[in-house]
Amino acid sequence: MRTLTYAEAIREALREEMERDERVFCLGEDIGGKYGGDFGVTGNLWEIFGDERIRNTPISEAAIIGAAVGAAITGMRPVVEIMFSDFITICMDQLVNQAAKNRYMFGGKARIPMTVRTPVGGGLSAAAQHSQTPEAWFTHVPGLKVVMPSTPVDAKGLLKTAIRDDNPVLFFEHKLLYYVKGEVPEELDPIPLGKSGVRREGSDVTVIAISFMVSKALEAAEQLEGEGISVEVIDPRTLYPLDEKAILDSVKRTHKTVIVHEASLRGGFGGELAAIIAEKAFDHLDAPIVRVGGLNVPMPFSPRLEEVVIPQTRDIVKAVKRVME
Amino acid sequence: MELTNQQRIELYKQMARIRKFEETVAKLFAEAKIPGFVHVSIGEEAIPVGTCVCLNKGDYVTSTHRGHGHLLAKGGDMRLMMAEIFGKETGYCRGKGGSMHIADLDLGILGANGIVGGGLTIATGAGLSVKMRDIKQVAVCFFGDGASNQGAFHEALNLASIWDLPVIYICENNLYALSTPQSQHQRVHNISDRAVAYGIPGVSVDGNDVIAVYEVVNEAVKRARNGGGPTLIECKTYRHRGHEEGDAELYRTKQEVKQWLEKDPILRFAKDLSGKGILTERTAKEIEKEVDKEVDEAVRFAEESPEPRLELAVEDVYSDIVEEVRR
Repeated sequence: MRTLTYAEAIREALREEMERDERVFCLGEDIGGKYGGDFGVTGNLWEIFGDERIRNTPISEAAIIGAAVGAAITGMRPVVEIMFSDFITICMDQLVNQAAKNRYMFGGKARIPMTVRTPVGGGLSAAAQHSQTPEAWFTHVPGLKVVMPSTPVDAKGLLKTAIRDDNPVLFFEHKLLYYVKGEVPEELDPIPLGKSGVRREGSDVTVIAISFMVSKALEAAEQLEGEGISVEVIDPRTLYPLDEKAILDSVKRTHKTVIVHEASLRGGFGGELAAIIAEKAFDHLDAPIVRVGGLNVPMPFSPRLEEVVIPQTRDIVKAVKRVME
Repeated sequence: MELTNQQRIELYKQMARIRKFEETVAKLFAEAKIPGFVHVSIGEEAIPVGTCVCLNKGDYVTSTHRGHGHLLAKGGDMRLMMAEIFGKETGYCRGKGGSMHIADLDLGILGANGIVGGGLTIATGAGLSVKMRDIKQVAVCFFGDGASNQGAFHEALNLASIWDLPVIYICENNLYALSTPQSQHQRVHNISDRAVAYGIPGVSVDGNDVIAVYEVVNEAVKRARNGGGPTLIECKTYRHRGHEEGDAELYRTKQEVKQWLEKDPILRFAKDLSGKGILTERTAKEIEKEVDKEVDEAVRFAEESPEPRLELAVEDVYSDIVEEVRR
């Protein structure tokens, strides 16, 4: 099967959806012209679709998201790129007070079909304002959907679904995944939101890992297999809607759980996952749930320090051993 | 386009509708029949009326927390509005929005907004949508002097200017951002001066003169419809009552309020029309009767409407997901 990078898979989803539906268009900073996006994700789409549908914007995040809300509520299907997810702070009103709530406030009469694509994560020595992983801010907001693909094929299939969704969707792409290759079939159906993926089957421990942490969890599972521990790795893929059933089914089989995300542990989505498991599968647990998350600090610049702050494979291995004790 | 006498009488009637509606809302609020907060626009009626007469049904409007006038002038159904303000299921938003969030998408009303300046970027996006769909509609954004200091104001006007979007930004400058007088919240005297920064036309107009508002807006709407891009219009006005009902209004003098009451846009227009023999006493009485009846019916409809079913609490969050009600 052919392989694509995660960035190429996203670009292909954008192109196909724009070809399929003329209401779909992209807007964001430096996504068009010869630049093609800060991480090159929109790439050559501007050459295909031109200024009208690959819209370069001024550096005005509030206006970008607000304009997307206004365009969406009047019948368009905008796909926004926010250059770094850290910059979402500048358009929180438009996302949280407007996009997320308009439908409800208006008694269900509004549709806000908009997608916000934005890169998350550290690992590039980009320091505290270009390295955050802020999914938990948005899973806390009723009215938003939150998607975090970890493979090229998921990125493509889930983005197609996000664009066709009639609700605002936050689509978090991990920077370190952009150039990772994976198999993507030529013909790919949209992947539904709310369906997790089992990345590796196992019987001793369930490791739930989000976004880039999936690859680290798989590395840990590989190592642990050598030590006779069978690890199941589950990638929720979408945090809202969340595939609770698949997670609970796995936990009920393994009786042990480790949750891994790159975002700071405190207040992270791992807390929500742990609470769901504790509420709905407590009797099945043989050990306390262990969470592995980023340290509760802003992301440091130094590669050496950054490596300490972001969860590493060895941290996951250690956590699995803890629940196995 | 010169307005006909009939159209002028219609403008008068629209202003009278808004006035009566809001006086009634204020009274009902004082009687504790309405929950939450209520912000009335009494004294500012000439602006939505002078504006909306220039618009078609398909044209878009974003409104504010002080939005009853915008909604009524754009064609909003008074009964559904009143029911919403009462928090009833029959209201525009099934009782989930209240006074600050009424929308009617069929009339192009993209919502009143509880965030000061919240409509600025949304109207800009509606303008973008119109332009991309290549239809001859416009978007009107109502906002206040307070909102003109939000960062979103700058971002929205800049975006609309570079993309030549058909958006008319109408600042209702009632001289106070809640309790803070304009002189303390911005250095400029005419907010329309800021249009220079975006290379777009900017006009200040007497917001208590419905005909003056109409003329300025009509020109801006025509320009926008013909691809001429956005305009910033400042309408100078004054709210007769406090920021919200129950506001003790300690921040302004009785004398100042009295001076502005004398410039009441409705009395002034009525005097002008009757002086010209356009509005007879008889017609004025008929209009009063008609408006009273419409408002009375709206109140009755709201009062007699059922409270929302509890299930409604969890509906309308998403188009496709409804979580369970916790009991």
